[in-house]
Amino acid sequence: MSGRATGPPPLRLADHRFVHGMEKEFLDLLDAQVYERTYETGELLVREGDPAEEFLLIFHGKVALEILSADRPRTTIQTIGAGEVLGWSWLFPPYRWRLDARAVKTTRVLGIGAAYLRRVLDEHPAAAYRFLLRLLPVIAQRLENTQLQLLDLHGG
Amino acid sequence: MAASTLSSEGPAGPVPHPWAPAPYVVKARSSETPDTVSFVLEPSRGTRPIRFLPGQFNMLYAWGIGEAAISISGDVEESGTLVHTVRVAGKISQALTSVAPGGVVGVRGPYGTPWPMEAAAGRDVVVVAGGLGIAPVRPVIYELLHHRDRYSRVELIYGAKTPKDLVYYDQIQEWRRRSDLRFQTTVDTAGREWYGDVGVVTTRLPDARFEPDRTVAFLCGPEIMMRLTAEALEARGVADDRIWVSLERNMKCAIGICGHCQLGPEFVCRNGPVFRWREIRRYLTVREL
Repeated sequence: MSGRATGPPPLRLADHRFVHGMEKEFLDLLDAQVYERTYETGELLVREGDPAEEFLLIFHGKVALEILSADRPRTTIQTIGAGEVLGWSWLFPPYRWRLDARAVKTTRVLGIGAAYLRRVLDEHPAAAYRFLLRLLPVIAQRLENTQLQLLDLHGG
Repeated sequence: MAASTLSSEGPAGPVPHPWAPAPYVVKARSSETPDTVSFVLEPSRGTRPIRFLPGQFNMLYAWGIGEAAISISGDVEESGTLVHTVRVAGKISQALTSVAPGGVVGVRGPYGTPWPMEAAAGRDVVVVAGGLGIAPVRPVIYELLHHRDRYSRVELIYGAKTPKDLVYYDQIQEWRRRSDLRFQTTVDTAGREWYGDVGVVTTRLPDARFEPDRTVAFLCGPEIMMRLTAEALEARGVADDRIWVSLERNMKCAIGICGHCQLGPEFVCRNGPVFRWREIRRYLTVREL
C-alpha cells in the first residue's frame, strides 16, 4: 500500500458515520486494530486484482472508483467521500478488489485488516449481523446508482 | 401567456394569431457541447419583444421544417433578446441549430407556467438539474443571483452524462467560485481528466446544506431523475408541496388545444410545464401514460 502514516490530530473510529450507534464492546474490538493513512491526489488506495486485505473508512477527501477495460480509457464510475466506506471485496472470496480506487484530493482514511475483521465478525455473529446491516445498504445504494446510470438519469 | 385570443384587433393594435410565429433574427450563436447550441434572438424590425418569466418556453419554428418547444434559458432582466439552448435530436432541432447569425427563425410564445419564485422568497432554495434540464432553470439562477438577499441558502446540483456534456461550463465555473451559493456538478462517468464528482445527482444531496422545513426545490431533467430526486428530498423532510418539477412532453399547439402533450388531465403546455410535485407525482408512475 502506498499511503503514508500521518501524525496528529489522529482520526477516531467513533467519529465515522458508519460506526455511529455500534455497541461499544464491538467498536472497541475494531478500534484495537485500526490504523490511519493519508493518500495524496493521484495515489491508489486499492488496485483492481490485488488482494483485498483491508476495510477502509473515509474521513476526509474524495476517492474515484475506476474500472479499466482494454478497449477504452480508464473510467470513473463513482466518487465517494467523507463518511463513506470503500468496498466489500475484503468480505467475500476471492478477496480481491474489483476496481481501482484513486484519491482525487488528499484523502484520510482509517483501515482495519480484513483477516482480523473477518475473525471478529465470525466470533460475534450478532454484532456481525448488525455490521452487515450497515454494509448492505452501501452495496444496495451502489447497485441502485449503477441502475440509474444505465437509465441515463441525466439524459446526456 | 402571450397571444391567447383569436381576435385580430386589440386595444393596442393588431393581435397576432396565436399560431403565427414572429420573425426573430439570430444575433449570436455558440456551441455549448458537440451537439448543443445556444443562440441569442432579437425581434426583427416591427416585431414586439417578448417578455417572459423563468421556466416558460417558446415554440421555435425552423422555416419550412417545423416547430419545437424550447425553454427560454436567458436572463429575464435582459430585455429585448431571447436566449435558447437546443440539443440536436431530430430534423427540427438540427435545422434550428444550423441557422447562422443573421438568419431568421420563427418564435411564438412565451407559453407555460413559470417557476414560482415568490414561493422561494425567504427560504432555502435547492435547484437540481440533469442534462439539458439546466436550460429551463438557468433563468432561475439568474433571478436568485440578481436578488440574492431575497433568498436564504442556495444549493445547485447539476448532473450530466460526461464532463463534455456539461452545458454552460464556463459560466458554471464562475458560479462555483461564488461564496453566496453552492454549486455541485456530477457526471455519470468520467476519465482521469475529471477531478469532480461522479455519480447520479441524488448522491450529491447528502452534501447539500438546507433546512428541509424551510426549503423549496426546483427540479428539471429526465422524469426518472426528477422523481428520484423529489423522493430523496422528501426523505430529507422537504414537503411535496414545496417541490416543483418541469415536465417535457411532445408539445404541438402550446395553447392547450391539440392534446399532444396531455398527461392525465393536464395539458403540459398550458397547465405546465412547471408543476407542483404533489399535484403531478401520481401521473409519473402510471405505466404507458
